[in-house]
Amino acid sequence: MKFKQIALPLAAIAMALSTATAALAANVTLLNVSYDPTRELYTDFNKSFAAYWKSKTGDTVTVKQSHGGSGKQARSVIDGLQADVVTLALAYDIDAIAEKGLIKTGWQKELPHNSSPYTSTIVFLVRKGNPKKIKNWDDLIKPGVSVITPNPKTSGGARWNYLAAWAFALHQPGGNDAKAKEFVAKLFKNVPVLDSGARGSTNTFVQRGLGDVLLAWENEAFLALNELGPDKFDVVTPSESILAEPPVTVIDKVADKHGTRRVAEEYLKYLYSDEGQKIAAKHYYRPINTKIPTKLAKLKLYTIDDKAFGGWQKAQKTHFADGGTFDQIYGSKK
Amino acid sequence: MKLFKQHNNVLPGFGPTLGFTIFYLSLIVLIPLSALVFRTAGLSWGEFVSTVTAPRVLASYKVTFGAALAAALINSIFGVLVAWVLVRYRFPGRRIVDALVDLPFALPTAVAGITLATIYSPNGWVGRFLEPHGIKVAFTPLGIVLAMTFIGLPFVVRTVQPVVEEIDSELEEAAVCLGASRWQTLRRVIFPMLLPSILTGFALSFARAVGEYGSIIFIAGNMPMVSEITPLLIITKLEQFDYQGATAIACIMLLTSFSMLLVINLLQKWSRKYAE
Amino acid sequence: MSAPTKTYAAKNNPGRAQTEPAAVRWLLIAVALIFLALFLLLPLAAVFSQAFDKGLAVYLEALREPDTLSSIKLTLITAAVTVPLNLFFGVTAAWAIAKFSFPGKGLLITLIDLPFSVSPVISGLIYVLIFGLQGWLGPWLQEHDIRIVFAVPGIILATIFVTFPFVARELIPLMEAQGKEEEEAALVLGASGLQTFFRVTLPNVKWGIIYGVILCNARAMGEFGAVSVVSGHIRGMTNTVPLHVEILYNEYNYTAAFAVASLLAFLALITLMVKTVAEWKVRQQLENN
Repeated sequence: MKFKQIALPLAAIAMALSTATAALAANVTLLNVSYDPTRELYTDFNKSFAAYWKSKTGDTVTVKQSHGGSGKQARSVIDGLQADVVTLALAYDIDAIAEKGLIKTGWQKELPHNSSPYTSTIVFLVRKGNPKKIKNWDDLIKPGVSVITPNPKTSGGARWNYLAAWAFALHQPGGNDAKAKEFVAKLFKNVPVLDSGARGSTNTFVQRGLGDVLLAWENEAFLALNELGPDKFDVVTPSESILAEPPVTVIDKVADKHGTRRVAEEYLKYLYSDEGQKIAAKHYYRPINTKIPTKLAKLKLYTIDDKAFGGWQKAQKTHFADGGTFDQIYGSKK
Repeated sequence: MKLFKQHNNVLPGFGPTLGFTIFYLSLIVLIPLSALVFRTAGLSWGEFVSTVTAPRVLASYKVTFGAALAAALINSIFGVLVAWVLVRYRFPGRRIVDALVDLPFALPTAVAGITLATIYSPNGWVGRFLEPHGIKVAFTPLGIVLAMTFIGLPFVVRTVQPVVEEIDSELEEAAVCLGASRWQTLRRVIFPMLLPSILTGFALSFARAVGEYGSIIFIAGNMPMVSEITPLLIITKLEQFDYQGATAIACIMLLTSFSMLLVINLLQKWSRKYAE
Repeated sequence: MSAPTKTYAAKNNPGRAQTEPAAVRWLLIAVALIFLALFLLLPLAAVFSQAFDKGLAVYLEALREPDTLSSIKLTLITAAVTVPLNLFFGVTAAWAIAKFSFPGKGLLITLIDLPFSVSPVISGLIYVLIFGLQGWLGPWLQEHDIRIVFAVPGIILATIFVTFPFVARELIPLMEAQGKEEEEAALVLGASGLQTFFRVTLPNVKWGIIYGVILCNARAMGEFGAVSVVSGHIRGMTNTVPLHVEILYNEYNYTAAFAVASLLAFLALITLMVKTVAEWKVRQQLENN
């Protein structure tokens, strides 16, 4: 048949093109598809893991990294980006991959702590000396305060920002959903630019000089502070915020096909080791192992699984789907 | 290809060249684009209409087409001026300027976007002078117009320029001999000759601007209902795993581009007739 | 997108009747130059000033980084595949369209133009819809371990799409304007079809082709939106130069970002220079004759 005649050479070409090597070989390549703020963390971590793996098995492991907005990265994996592991900003995005059958259901139970080896939260980055005296969430809705956050529709981090503000308002005396929505609406009235990703927002705040306060991942805020000048910015930790759990998982279908399951699982487990936790702490993530020292301030943290949100699936539907509270806020604002 | 028998044409190669053209066109353009339509077909008509006419989507059309129109207008005025100056006048550095006109073609859009944002943001080279006067360019709809003007400029210049070059000086001399003033000559003789190419350039620059994404997201501000362009909405839908919603809006954009190009080509046909 | 056509020997000294008073002339020149300076020169200057912000050493260091080098390699490969394919297509399409008349010609031209005004976002998306895992061919490709999207072939496909009309659009009007008398004469004198094309047609449209190729190449190397959708952003593997610029920028590595961007700006300047020199040479040749 004609078909076979074409298929054979095509397959040969494909194998030649294919970059993933078989697991038996001494050289293993993993692809870790992650979200924006983890670049520096994984650059460090991959080096450490490669050394660990070499000493343990004698194999050389090269971990390739791909970074982008969490939703975009999840979509790429769904569309066939050959990720052995994903380390994304929120469980909702990994759920979307699982929905397509690439990951076993119940993936979040595979590893401890909802498969989140480190956590983070949302804090404020303000200009040096905090000229607008921003201490807590209710300072953000004051007139004349300009707030920078990315778009919750396109950025995982921004969804945490949104929910953190919501949770704060909800837990104020006499707080309810209506009041929370009003609070968040007021906050977004103070937002002049909605970048599509967390890094875009940081650039807007830092490079363009826009805004009085940037809502950011805690690790992003400290990274920006260190990279771009401790003399220019301050980090303000509010009294309460949300517990952001960026989960990790093996993409079963891909890892099994590449024969990389074992190393992929070890890679993720290594995140939970003392060494992995130290690296996370160094990059201003909150290690889940409480014995690892961290300089990060303690604060009251609400979680996405609280009754107020009811998990990612529900939160996404209520707040960020078309017609959700975020759209309502912008629909009513003329 | 027997169907279109070529009368009175001795040139060879019609069959193979047209055949290859259609084959390559189908492979690269038509079949992939049809995927868009088929994906959208998963939506019912009602869902389709409600997706593409949602308030936020409608607002984005307004922003996108409005800004593209403004940019195309700016480009038409200044593009014609630049083309005229480059062809008719001699001044030092003319050739360098002439070459520079193609820069927006060659400069990657992302670089253009970042650079324009750098220049026009409140702390940028130009932005800092505009800011005290209350003029905000970056992160407003004005920023979108700016980016679109940048990417569309070469189209008007490069369409009008050859026409200006070809203007027969005898026509102008004749007009002068008949007693026309320079202004009258320009308005009555030269402008009508340039008009078709100006319209073409306008339409090209408009069409290019409507689809632009890379340079705009860096400078637009991306506020829903205010400065959110339609391509960004497609991306937004995709990020929420809403493929059908994304392809529905993409279909509308595709249809618009296609009809605009059809108009451009009719314009060119008309201009050729006009020239004869 | 019209080519600099055959009027190289433009009237160099328009008589009094064909020009404006000197004051008006200089005013117009000034306005045009200010406009161009604001819109073109300033961005260009900004790229270079940021690139060299921390000195030449840092600049060179940024370019020598392995990920940068691999992105340059990928971009060169992409252009090397894209440009010849689109050149071949452009020439054949122009031949069919310019030298023959047939029904549906207008529609065909419009369809060739289409990629030019399709939003880059859509250009990338369509290939994901076809070759992606959820697309038409995705599962089959996956089974046979063939990668199109999120790998080099996808990047090349998207680039071909985006630069599809450039050569064809340059050539069609040019070849139409030249008519077919010369070719007919050659054929009557006994030349074969290919001989006619290479000896008669090609020299006539040489500069149109060069111009088309230059634009096609510049766009192929600079495309961002469409490539971003199909790339997968794997560091050191599927990042082209424009994508790498964005990544560096997002890593707060502004100097490196602009250093790499300046490469593309250099490329732009070089292509423009080549084009200008080519035009100038032809003009000289014409004047000497």
